[in-house]
Amino acid sequence: MRPPLSQLKTALTGILGDGANLTEALRELTLEVPVTRLSATMQRLRDDPALSFDALSDIAGVDYREFTGRDPAAPRFAVAYHLLSTKHCWRLRVRVFAEDETEPAVPSVVSLWPMANWMERECFDMFGIAFDDHPDLRRILTDYGFTGHPFRKDFPLSGHLEMRYDPEQKRIVYEPVTIEPRDNVPRIVREPHYGDSTPLSPPPAEPKG
Amino acid sequence: MSEHHYQLNFGPQHPSTHGVLRLVMEMDGEVVVRADPHIGLLHRGTEKLIEHKTYLQGLPYMERLDYMSMMTSEHAFCLAVEKLLQLDVPVRAQYLRVMFDELSRIMNHLLWLGTCGLDLGAMTVFLFCARERESIFDILEATSGARMHPNYYRPGGVYRDLPDKMPQYRSSLRSAEELARMNANRQGTLLDFIEAFIKQLPARFDDFETLLTDNRIWKQRTVGIGVIPADQAMAMGCTGPMLRASGVAWDLRKKQPYAVYDKLDFDIPTGTTGDCYDRYLVRMEECRQSVRLIQQCVDWLRVHPGPVMTDNRKIAPPPRAEIKADMEALIHHFKLFSEGFPVPAGEVYAAVEHPKGEFGVYMISDGGNKPYRVKLHTPDFVHLSMLAAMAPGHMLSDVVALIGTYDVVFGSVDR
Repeated sequence: MRPPLSQLKTALTGILGDGANLTEALRELTLEVPVTRLSATMQRLRDDPALSFDALSDIAGVDYREFTGRDPAAPRFAVAYHLLSTKHCWRLRVRVFAEDETEPAVPSVVSLWPMANWMERECFDMFGIAFDDHPDLRRILTDYGFTGHPFRKDFPLSGHLEMRYDPEQKRIVYEPVTIEPRDNVPRIVREPHYGDSTPLSPPPAEPKG
Repeated sequence: MSEHHYQLNFGPQHPSTHGVLRLVMEMDGEVVVRADPHIGLLHRGTEKLIEHKTYLQGLPYMERLDYMSMMTSEHAFCLAVEKLLQLDVPVRAQYLRVMFDELSRIMNHLLWLGTCGLDLGAMTVFLFCARERESIFDILEATSGARMHPNYYRPGGVYRDLPDKMPQYRSSLRSAEELARMNANRQGTLLDFIEAFIKQLPARFDDFETLLTDNRIWKQRTVGIGVIPADQAMAMGCTGPMLRASGVAWDLRKKQPYAVYDKLDFDIPTGTTGDCYDRYLVRMEECRQSVRLIQQCVDWLRVHPGPVMTDNRKIAPPPRAEIKADMEALIHHFKLFSEGFPVPAGEVYAAVEHPKGEFGVYMISDGGNKPYRVKLHTPDFVHLSMLAAMAPGHMLSDVVALIGTYDVVFGSVDR
């Protein structure tokens, strides 16, 4: 059975010190680590018997470019690691921001968890985040010879170019698409408490008279 | 590359790659020296597509990932949205979800058994498995209207309750006696049909096992092939039957229960050596455990009627009759199906025990009506990544057994 989250929190602050950037939200713990300390922290998380995160569940790249309410000076790319301890049956999210926006890079964790290999390749392919010391950092999901990183927020959802066979030139040609990209449901972020049945401020009093 | 080695290109259009896997191998005679899987030929950018859809529109993409076991992936997506919304799901909906999750598990393992049998030279099993799967398709069709992609789960519950009548065959081309025979188990409710179906399943599993478990050819192709020791399985990120075949009793349904799994009684089968044969045995036993789980769900569902969807009108649409009479209900309906519902800012990771392993949804919301980012963690992606480490030293024909028992589906490897 799953132990309470507070137990993990105590264990983490005990080992990483009070300076650890821990946040608890929606019954999940997130640890934010500066990129320089990632390798050392991950090593401790895996090897310390009080934590023993023996399994890495997932590695996800995130592009915070269009995140509502984001500080424009904040780093754009982040990598989120989801760790799992089968011994203690708890999970932890570790987030690291890549500082450079044009050439984002974070250290690889393949030496700690071999399964990170393809996960990091995917993250590199989709977001262009480089993983230092990765044994084989190649593209994985996109086509051979693909350019760009499709999951970045500035990469279009539908393409700008289309490909067809031109019978006159007797070869494949690329040309701009003729249809306009459209979005039937716009992305909407409402102000807090929008649509609540109770009004935010009492209605103005009826003028007498 | 050594002088007497040669390169072999396997796939992407080969039946035993189970989809579109291209495997470039360096061979020394019949023995694999190096294997490099090339994936992504079915990459559709599901994660990016979902960023541009409302939560309700994003849901059907889930079952198009692993199109062998559709409902479990939907479950993970719904759990993530519900966690973000901090929404409670009616108990009856949770039992329904567990029942359909387990039906999906049987469905997945049956197809796995059939195709893996085909790969390794056992033709008959596939035909038997396809017949049993057909009944599950009928159950899904009666429940949701669709046979393959039911889109049945919703954030906040399930789309509707089970129908009172199981649809029956009608035909002018068949004799009355034949129709009566075909409709014999379709006289009652859908729950009656499901119960009758799972009652006869264990005997079917026995049939499959008589074909394979002691079959000399099957054992020669699987015993001692592709052995993964427990510590290596852990480090490689194995989950599900792959990990349990190596002897690690790790099952999210027991260890981190979701829905109503903690109220149900079932066992976790484990293997001992972690070879292809153990994976087969573990999956067969899982099917039997699923039958137990479904029986418990059926018993519970029979005596506990109730709502199957949350009554929160900001998330779930109002009943049709209410829309006709109530302005507020009409507005809710319109808003839900035009703009969708906003989800508070936050991030969650929700994982379920998918038939293939741990299926996780990492969802980030910035408060909008569409997710900001969705990362799908699929078990077969991880399992296939082991192939480069596992294949060297095996014969070419054993690579087929490896891919077969990894149970990969390219919809969910490539996403």
